[in-house]
Amino acid sequence: MSKYMIRHDPQRCISCKACEVHCQVKNRTAAGVKPGVLITVGPERLSDKVQMTSAFRPCFHCEKPWCVAVCPTGAMVKRDEDGWVHIVRALCVGCRACVGACPWKVPQWDESSGKVVKCDGCLDRVAQGLHPACVAGCTTRALSFSRPNENVRKVRMLYAKSLLVAKDAG
Amino acid sequence: MPVRTVYSVCGMCPVRCPIEVDVENGECRFIQGNRQVPSIRGALCTRGAAGIPFVRDDERPQFPMLRKGERGEGRWQRVSWDEAFSYAADKIAAVRSRHGGRSILWSDIGGPFSDLRQALVRGLGSPNYFGEDSVHGVNRQHAALSLFGFSDDRLDLDLKNAREVVLQARNLFESVHIPQANDLLDGLENGGRLTVIDVRATVSSGKADRFFLIRPGTDYALNMAVIHTLLKYKLYDAAYAEKWIADLDELGRMAANFSPEVAAAETGITAAEIEALARDLSKAAPKVVWHPGWRTSRYHDSFFVCRSALIINILLGAVGAKGGLPLASRPEDVGQKGLNRFSDLFPAVTEQRADGVGWKYPAFEGGPGLLHEAFGALQSGDPYPVKACVTYQLDPLAELPDPQRLASALASLDALVCVTSAWSETAWLADVVLPLSPYLERESIIAQLDGIKPAFLLRRRCAPPRFDTRSDWEIVGGLARKLGLESLAFAAAEEIWKFQLDGTGVRLQDFDAKGIVDLTGQPQYDRLTEGFRFPTDSGKIEMVSFHWRRQGLSSLGSYASKNSPAAGTFRLTLGGCGLHSDGHTVNNPLLHKQMPENVLWMNQAAAAGLGIADGETVAVSAQDRSGRIRVRLTEFIHPEAVFMVPGFGRTLPVESRAHGRGLAANRLMAGGLDLWDPNGGGVALQEHFLTVSKL
Repeated sequence: MSKYMIRHDPQRCISCKACEVHCQVKNRTAAGVKPGVLITVGPERLSDKVQMTSAFRPCFHCEKPWCVAVCPTGAMVKRDEDGWVHIVRALCVGCRACVGACPWKVPQWDESSGKVVKCDGCLDRVAQGLHPACVAGCTTRALSFSRPNENVRKVRMLYAKSLLVAKDAG
Repeated sequence: MPVRTVYSVCGMCPVRCPIEVDVENGECRFIQGNRQVPSIRGALCTRGAAGIPFVRDDERPQFPMLRKGERGEGRWQRVSWDEAFSYAADKIAAVRSRHGGRSILWSDIGGPFSDLRQALVRGLGSPNYFGEDSVHGVNRQHAALSLFGFSDDRLDLDLKNAREVVLQARNLFESVHIPQANDLLDGLENGGRLTVIDVRATVSSGKADRFFLIRPGTDYALNMAVIHTLLKYKLYDAAYAEKWIADLDELGRMAANFSPEVAAAETGITAAEIEALARDLSKAAPKVVWHPGWRTSRYHDSFFVCRSALIINILLGAVGAKGGLPLASRPEDVGQKGLNRFSDLFPAVTEQRADGVGWKYPAFEGGPGLLHEAFGALQSGDPYPVKACVTYQLDPLAELPDPQRLASALASLDALVCVTSAWSETAWLADVVLPLSPYLERESIIAQLDGIKPAFLLRRRCAPPRFDTRSDWEIVGGLARKLGLESLAFAAAEEIWKFQLDGTGVRLQDFDAKGIVDLTGQPQYDRLTEGFRFPTDSGKIEMVSFHWRRQGLSSLGSYASKNSPAAGTFRLTLGGCGLHSDGHTVNNPLLHKQMPENVLWMNQAAAAGLGIADGETVAVSAQDRSGRIRVRLTEFIHPEAVFMVPGFGRTLPVESRAHGRGLAANRLMAGGLDLWDPNGGGVALQEHFLTVSKL
């Protein structure tokens, strides 16, 4: 895991895919290359309600990333300071070993450049104190950016609050 | 190069959200919503995110062009701006000298940046200005006018503080309005409840506490049953009614026959569910918003649907209330002077409008007008010849029903001038194309936003144009100069802004901090106070409109029962989506990739009866119109309906991505220009029936 976390709140998510497009625009990817994807299912009957549900899949920035282990040129690296897994573009030779190795199929093959593109957590933006593009532009603030422990605290607090509100309404 | 942030305004759809753009070396690098605007806080939808790819795309008009071949042949000659202005102005002037200024029709996208264009139309002596709302919003506008004496833009929606919200055929979470969507989500997180009424399941219905899958075309019956219940059990706000409502008795007489049981037979929603909704709304009153709708040009009785929705809000005391539909304040309501208007530079035009508004239809209001009726006049020459048409960012051939007939009407024009930033079906037929810079490459006049927090909003140019395109004020000014209207020709945007701001106390540098200048610190919720008079004859909200009655129209109509379509035939229903804004975006490189074509939503069981499987391409036909489209089967659409997102099926070879992809819904609507709601004026886009068959 990295020091940071991108959290997706399906309650707020409207499956609009702005996250995908903000990412593509910021990272200037080809139209078919999506470092982050939003998967939407539905309308289906889910827990007794007809709804659409979604999950956001950027890179997990694994603790022991297989993509890094398999990369023959040292292009794929995990940064010590924050754990972001990213590609040193100049070193990528386009062998696609990482594409095969990643259990989540996060690295994307970019035909136009002959190199692999993957979610690097917008490390350049984060270095400037900004949020990754997908989070910054999310239409409904369904995506949030945090350090894991901060996030856990927030979820705990929201849950406790909702219990208290429900009690009050009851 | 350092990155600089430019505050501006999105232009991908009619919502026009405040944005901030990172610009480096004269190029837009990243774009997001304006983080300092409370209901936006950085958010920008998919279409807005794709603004930069739109700028980078070469498949848009890059320079002024004159048509060489026949209309629609696609042979163009590049000319200078001066030549283009001269050519367009000469044609317009010739029409004016032969037929008078009224013979010029201006068909515009409308919205808060349109004053300068409206002024030009006035200056030319034409009463025929039309806005996009004439296609989608006119029933809602007239519904408000018939009740309050003012249009619906005087109502704000306080979705954040509402306790019960109803979205009726308003798919807010897909056809996204960013501030409203976020306010509603915030409200729901704080315990607000949502009811969605639609003919199919959507993202919006998935977030609802209550979802009514309604039989298409029967919304008015449902609304009247809610009114019936509110009145019968005295669930309405009696004190509010006493103070603000006229003719409540007449409403009561009309609603007496509309019991929930009667509505249940029509709508497919049970009487118990309807009654429960009415009771829940009453409990939450006045913190209730029954959304007045967005695309309201659907049925023959959509005016009644809009009007009855507003009446429910009124009965619950929600109009004028916090958490309901507070009255929008204008600058003068908060002790500020509004922007100076360019339109005031010219006297109002007293000529009769070509669409009959104001004389043939005396109850209806100018504003967006009835574009379908104006185009009818174009073809018939009645009430007078209309010989020149200018379109500004509106594509009538993509938005109005029956473009086949409309195209033949356009053929009779002496001049068709199109101002557009993307290619459009109408521009392809133009005599002159005046390419507008994409919104990131142009500035606009300052916009005045009325609301609970009135404000001025500035669209700045973020980057220089990549091609030989121009801003709206440069194009209006160029035409105005050639047509002898020098007062509308400005040398610099700053001069325009100075003219608008003069005397308001707001200076141009006040926009530097966040691109928007609030005219009041706190939201204004208390406009509806003692002594307030609605601008109606009675000064109250009129259940029965005097003006409608005088025009021989009904403002409180009875519900006409809807027949079910024959087997194998379905009512065509339409709606927006989060990825495209009608035809404007279907060729955008990234948005095209997200959604290259539309599909036909169809009920699974109904399809099974016709032997149609999911994903199959089927034949559809309506009268003499036909097409092919892939189906998406689901059990969560009413079996009488099929659904499509409009704007697809583009015919222009210059749009390599969108060309020929999907099916244009409006091309299936034979006779659609004559099919409109007589009481509200809106075209009835959902009174068309498709036969679907296996190939």
